[in-house]
Amino acid sequence: MAQQEVQAAPSHHATDGLGTVSLQRVTKRYGEEAVVDDISIDIRSGEFFSLLGPSGSGKTTTLMMIAGFANVDGGRILVDGVDITTRSPQARGFGMVFQNYAIFPHLNVFENVAFPLRARGAPEADIKRRVGDALALVRLERFADRFSRQLSGGQQQRVAIARAIVFEPRVVLMDEPLGALDKNLRYDMQVEIKEIQRQLGMTVVYVTHDQEEAMNMSDRIGVMNRGRIEQVATPGEMYERPVNTFIGRFLGEANLIEGTLQDVSSAGAILRISHGLVLNAPSASTDLAGKKVHLFIRPERISVSAPPADAARPGTNSVAGQVRRRSFLGNVNRYAVTVGAAEITVDIQNTGGPGFEVGDDVALTWAVADSLVLGS
Amino acid sequence: MTRTAHQSFDPGLLIIPAFALLILLFVIPLAWFFVGVFAEEEGVSAVMHRFIDVLSAPGIVNALITTNWISAMVTALTLVIGYPIAYYLANNTGWRFALVLFCIIVPYFTSVIVRTYSWMVLLGRNGTINQALLSLGVIDAPLPLLYNKMGVLIGMTYVLLPYMVLTLYATMRGIDSNLVRAAYGLGASPVYTFRKVYFPLSLHGVVSGSLIVFILAIGFFITPALMGGPSDVMIAMLIERAVEITLDWTSAAIMSVALLAMTLVLYVIYYRVTDVRRMMGA
Repeated sequence: MAQQEVQAAPSHHATDGLGTVSLQRVTKRYGEEAVVDDISIDIRSGEFFSLLGPSGSGKTTTLMMIAGFANVDGGRILVDGVDITTRSPQARGFGMVFQNYAIFPHLNVFENVAFPLRARGAPEADIKRRVGDALALVRLERFADRFSRQLSGGQQQRVAIARAIVFEPRVVLMDEPLGALDKNLRYDMQVEIKEIQRQLGMTVVYVTHDQEEAMNMSDRIGVMNRGRIEQVATPGEMYERPVNTFIGRFLGEANLIEGTLQDVSSAGAILRISHGLVLNAPSASTDLAGKKVHLFIRPERISVSAPPADAARPGTNSVAGQVRRRSFLGNVNRYAVTVGAAEITVDIQNTGGPGFEVGDDVALTWAVADSLVLGS
Repeated sequence: MTRTAHQSFDPGLLIIPAFALLILLFVIPLAWFFVGVFAEEEGVSAVMHRFIDVLSAPGIVNALITTNWISAMVTALTLVIGYPIAYYLANNTGWRFALVLFCIIVPYFTSVIVRTYSWMVLLGRNGTINQALLSLGVIDAPLPLLYNKMGVLIGMTYVLLPYMVLTLYATMRGIDSNLVRAAYGLGASPVYTFRKVYFPLSLHGVVSGSLIVFILAIGFFITPALMGGPSDVMIAMLIERAVEITLDWTSAAIMSVALLAMTLVLYVIYYRVTDVRRMMGA
């Protein structure tokens, strides 16, 4: 985004501490089933917070409850400490970006963006200035007279964003706003939305099922599954230290090696897997001793070398295996290596070497500190 | 039939029976009637004179004014009554929707004459409504509800209401409910949302429904004939009178041409409106 346009943008409430959204034990039921089950989240001022989850996880329902389109069956929703649980949607004052843009087809771009201002009875001069600023921010100044049917998907998305921010709300809610765009455009729009949010300093609550999108944009992510919040963390933390196997699998590729945990101490533990094989594991709760657990390790944290496997040095694992499959993904070579009854996925950066072939005997090595014990 | 015959079958052929029926039963008799009548006149200028004479006769001018006035009133009434009903239908599902739709559609299947006589029973001097109001002491003397413009308006509005409701309903069903939700989410009150979003988006339906009702109303015969008074003469009644009673077929033909011309002009407008709607992608 050009520097000049950046400066043209309103940027008055970057750090005023307002725009916090607090969900306290919020529940939504349809009949007997709780589609959102007792969730509590504290979204900070100016934060980009994503609700991430598979379809049917309750993330959209949660957003609709924040927006006021779905009734809350239990718990409270506070904005800047004020209980808004029973307020009508129009009284909540959020900016909203909808899934399929919801651009008014009978109004041109200017009038679409002016809509929230007119609904609030803003004076005409004010409307002109603010709509102009908002359109500049999304680079649509030249499209003010167009109608939605004359715009591309990306342009319609920009109109929806301009319309959501034009009245300078503290909190903007976005419901899978990029779902209908193709992959390349999506990435560009992610960068653009993030940039706008940084400039205006508003809080964004963003719903998506796309984990890359959530990781790229968010300050923090709340992963939802079957109506519950599984984990709230920064993208890095969530990727490195998932709290359970669901998160581990959901965010990126993961190996989850099943085995029985033994010899748990503060220094570490032992994981007994099939074929009498034993792996070094990091320390874990003593509650898990003797239980079936998963050893979590990312494919890119494992290295592959020609055999033999080193005698396991403390702090590392080194095991023998055989290449079962090789997938060329461009930037990486992905190997599926059988170790005993387990299959371990390994991503090796493509640096131009020949790599390994299917059937090769190999040794896999990884640092124990890069792995994690997750209960079943 | 062979495979190639299947492949070469043009679906456009399916429309031929309908076309044939239309030409045989509508276009040919109409043309026959016009040609037969105007052939009796001597030359085109004579026909033109008859046109001017007939269409400027005070009785016919009055009937044309009455026809348009009543049609406009009926259109307005069906719109005012039909809009909320259509809105209700478009925004409800399940048994409520089914019940209202049933109430709208079923009278539609009953003969216009039957429905008109039913109204006459209700509206007459000693009809149900007047008797009820009298016995309740709301009025001292029976209200004149029948054999005047009021009667015609009530009867025609009732008969034409389903056309308005169903046309509006079709348009309203096409309105994306996300747009209304978006308006609420952006801070608009329900009233503001209706004025600035819902109503403008339903406007095509309002225009189409009004044109359909108006077109049907200007050709109405039975209801105004039975429920109207002596001053509520509509053009279709004059045509019938010219054909059946005065046997002045030339006048009948000229009035028919005028009525047909009005209908066609309105139909062109209707066509343009629906065309614009397609352009808007609605």
